[in-house]
Amino acid sequence: MAENKLDLLQGTLDIMVLQTLATMGALHGYGIARRIEQVSGDTILLNQGTIYASLVRLQQRGWISAAWGTSDNNRKAKYYSITKAGRGQLAKDAAYWRRLSSVVDRVLAMTAEGEF
Amino acid sequence: MGAMREAVNRVRSFFGKQQRDAELDAEVTAHLELAVEENLRQGMTPEEARRQALIRFGGVPQAKEQQRAARGLIQLDILLQDFKYAFRTLGRDPGFTVVAVLILALGIGANIAVFSVVNTILLRPLPFPNAQQLVWIAPPPAKCGMSCATYSTDAYDTFRVQSRSYQDVTGYFAFSSPDNLSLNRGGAPIPATSIDVIANFFQVLGVQPAMGRLFTADDGRSGAAPVIVLSDAWWRRQFAADPAIVGKAFDINGRQTTVIGVLPASFDFGAVFSPGAKIDAITPLDLYGPPRDEGNIITFIGRLKPGISLPQARDDAAAAAPHMCWNNKQPRTCGNYKDRVVPVPLKDYVSGRLRRSLVVLWAAVGMILLIACVNLSNLLLARAAARGKEFAMRGALGASRTRIVGQLLTESLVLSGAGALLGLSLAWVLVSWLAHQGSVALPLLSSLRIDGASLGWTVLIAIFAALLFGLVPGLRMAGGNLQESLKDSGPGSGQGRKHERIRSILVVSEVALACVLLVGAGLLLHSFLKVLDVDLGFEPTRAAAVKVDYDDGGNTPGAVKADVIARRTAIFQQILARVSSIPGVEAVGMSDFLPLGQNRSWGTPFPKGVQPPRNLLSGPLVYVVTPGYIRAMGSRLHGRDFTWDDGPNSQRVVMISASFARFLAGFTHWPNNDAVGQIIASGSSSNDLLVAGVVDDVHEESVEGEGGWQIYYPSTQAYPEGEQLVVRSKLTPAALANSVLLALRELNPKQPAADFRPIQSLVDRATSPRRFFMLLVAAFAALGLLLASLGIYGVISYSVTQRTQEIGIRMALGATQSQVQRNVIGRALRLVSIGIVAGSVASLLVARGIAALLFATAPTDLLTFAGTILLLGAVAFLAGYLPARRASRINPMAALRSN
Repeated sequence: MAENKLDLLQGTLDIMVLQTLATMGALHGYGIARRIEQVSGDTILLNQGTIYASLVRLQQRGWISAAWGTSDNNRKAKYYSITKAGRGQLAKDAAYWRRLSSVVDRVLAMTAEGEF
Repeated sequence: MGAMREAVNRVRSFFGKQQRDAELDAEVTAHLELAVEENLRQGMTPEEARRQALIRFGGVPQAKEQQRAARGLIQLDILLQDFKYAFRTLGRDPGFTVVAVLILALGIGANIAVFSVVNTILLRPLPFPNAQQLVWIAPPPAKCGMSCATYSTDAYDTFRVQSRSYQDVTGYFAFSSPDNLSLNRGGAPIPATSIDVIANFFQVLGVQPAMGRLFTADDGRSGAAPVIVLSDAWWRRQFAADPAIVGKAFDINGRQTTVIGVLPASFDFGAVFSPGAKIDAITPLDLYGPPRDEGNIITFIGRLKPGISLPQARDDAAAAAPHMCWNNKQPRTCGNYKDRVVPVPLKDYVSGRLRRSLVVLWAAVGMILLIACVNLSNLLLARAAARGKEFAMRGALGASRTRIVGQLLTESLVLSGAGALLGLSLAWVLVSWLAHQGSVALPLLSSLRIDGASLGWTVLIAIFAALLFGLVPGLRMAGGNLQESLKDSGPGSGQGRKHERIRSILVVSEVALACVLLVGAGLLLHSFLKVLDVDLGFEPTRAAAVKVDYDDGGNTPGAVKADVIARRTAIFQQILARVSSIPGVEAVGMSDFLPLGQNRSWGTPFPKGVQPPRNLLSGPLVYVVTPGYIRAMGSRLHGRDFTWDDGPNSQRVVMISASFARFLAGFTHWPNNDAVGQIIASGSSSNDLLVAGVVDDVHEESVEGEGGWQIYYPSTQAYPEGEQLVVRSKLTPAALANSVLLALRELNPKQPAADFRPIQSLVDRATSPRRFFMLLVAAFAALGLLLASLGIYGVISYSVTQRTQEIGIRMALGATQSQVQRNVIGRALRLVSIGIVAGSVASLLVARGIAALLFATAPTDLLTFAGTILLLGAVAFLAGYLPARRASRINPMAALRSN
């Protein structure tokens, strides 16, 4: 089960968290972690605990905000939501990520003759 | 912007640690509960649900640690943790901590104190604005004292006009004698010392008054109303810091003199220009009054124009020199100053001579610091052996090597920080004490203090020391093989041996350093003893001098010379007769100048009929004395002393010094080369001088230099410049002071309560810089010796502890107590011998380096080297004996059973 899971690249967790919050609205840490796992089809090797370093980093940069709230089944949890600055940052990061991934794709698609 | 906000938040998180940790805990708990709930919903058993939740979460402590690292200042956290831990470990071992801090405090304190001295005298610019522009202008050294180091009024005027490189040139009257002022406020007149300066003196130096004003050109004019500027110290002492002093007038030397200003505390004339002397006030010099015809009286101080370099200034001065005349009315004296006008930076003049001594002193304390660090390294290594397992354990638990070295360096920093703090207070005490040693003739000493530079230096050497003594044990400990340390169960195993080898090397280097210090101190001590042994040409013990006030009417306009001399002779005879009748007084006499103080020369008389050689730069120093002076000083005389019969109308007589007599004899044919009874004549005056006696050479300029030429004129025939009464007695000067002053006051109510100064104090003052350096270096050497002996003791004692079992076995096998003792002492002596050999070789090199500071002592002085080796050997023996005794008392049974 573990052999074919993906290791997370440095910084990619931050962008996933931002995107998750941007689409799902306010979520607690467990919810974010579950959501990322579900979306990735359980292919990402994610220790759920690592999400808290990412959350506090994003929060201190002002890209997400946090507030204590109550879950559906009446449990106290900290809910995170994306801020305006966070949305801006997400747009920038997403554009950067797409460019990078397309370049990597092109390089990997290179054949011996040098055709694309 | 995000980065900025993040930084702020990180700092906030750093301080709000507890609250954030609590929130994190709550968050993680909620996370796990949510996960368990979901797992339960999927049908897992409660145990399985919890297990899966924890697996999916990953390590809880790791996640928290990651979060803390992401939110706060993790490096600072680690540092604080290290500090906390360091304080705790050090607190648990107070014996070690106290010893270590004391050793460091001594080493660092000595360094701070000496740095403050070096900084004050050598490094800091002189306390004047743009001090680098100031130059001292003087002829190259010659044998005729201050008269050959000064210039005439005419020369000053010419130089000021001719030179182009100077903003302005000033100077002061170089021949003021101590206690030349007599302040009369009712009651006994109060003596004080002032210096006459050219009116632009303070402008050139850039000194501003603390109160009132300083001199203007008008104050220096002939016939100007007398004014005076007070030094800060005198204003406080004598005038109770009167805030309304400016404008008040006092009777000073019989004239109503107005106080026009008070100098700032930062300007101390004596500290800069006349170390060891206390100058109370400054008065304006009337350049064109009577001093004009007295010849060379002024020292030059110039301020260079901005951008003018020293070589330019030197060329400029050399170009102006040939135009300068000793006296404009005597054209043949023009050109006298050719090649004799040389500017040097004022700073060099003030402290240049001391550079070498100070550098040596600095090096000596540097060595003390090294020895202290080596000692500390040793102590830490001993601790390392005991703590090896603790660190091996930490390593096994995942602490990285950097983390462990960091922890150890933090401990070192805490130790050296505490040492530096204590050292700073020690240095503060020492420095405050030194600053009040007014009798030590070192420039700028009164401005000595712990300043910002000293504090900076403290921080620097504290860090340097921590690295120096912490790094070796730190690397040693962190670099050790984990397994080996954990297994190393005591004596005989590899790690213990390795430690011992390093400790031995440290002790050897410590002994070598101490050896160098001891040799250096020994050589300086030997030199100092030689200096004290110098035959000064007079006998300084049991004699004292006091400045005598008298009025012979010589300053009254239109005084007839014969009347003045007759009046003066009567006064002097009366004083001498009265004082010599005091019980206990053996001899009395008067002279206007005393040896090792001020001096002057009046040209060089030659044997009658002999043409003096041209460009003769040297001349005998002149003393105007009464009959009895030579005997009162304890000088040896060949021929006869002056008598009261050598009057103004009889044959003019002089006494000359032995070396001057020998010099003159080389130009003529005197029977037995004996000058006594011969006639010499001065170039300027046509009067023949009969040499009545030849006096032994007196060291008049320095104790260490050669005795120079002197010529003595009788006060009945020449003009003295104020007289010093010299009294030789069986009693101590203190016991005599009252009766002598009383006698003087009886004869002259205006006699000030002047100091009754032992002649020995003149010698002490002249030798005070050497004494100062010698004492400091000797103290440092003693400190070095103490630290080195502690080091030897520590290593030997430690090795005895380590080898308790081995010694026990030996004794069980039949070794006697004395064999065990010999074995242990032998080890100490072996270490010390290696140290002594290395140290002696280094000492030879160092001794050559300080050869210039030695006096009549060879750098290879056998006595010093032998003494050092003996001393170190004895100390090593003692340091080895104590542990040896302990070793020999080991009970074999107990030793074998322990461990």
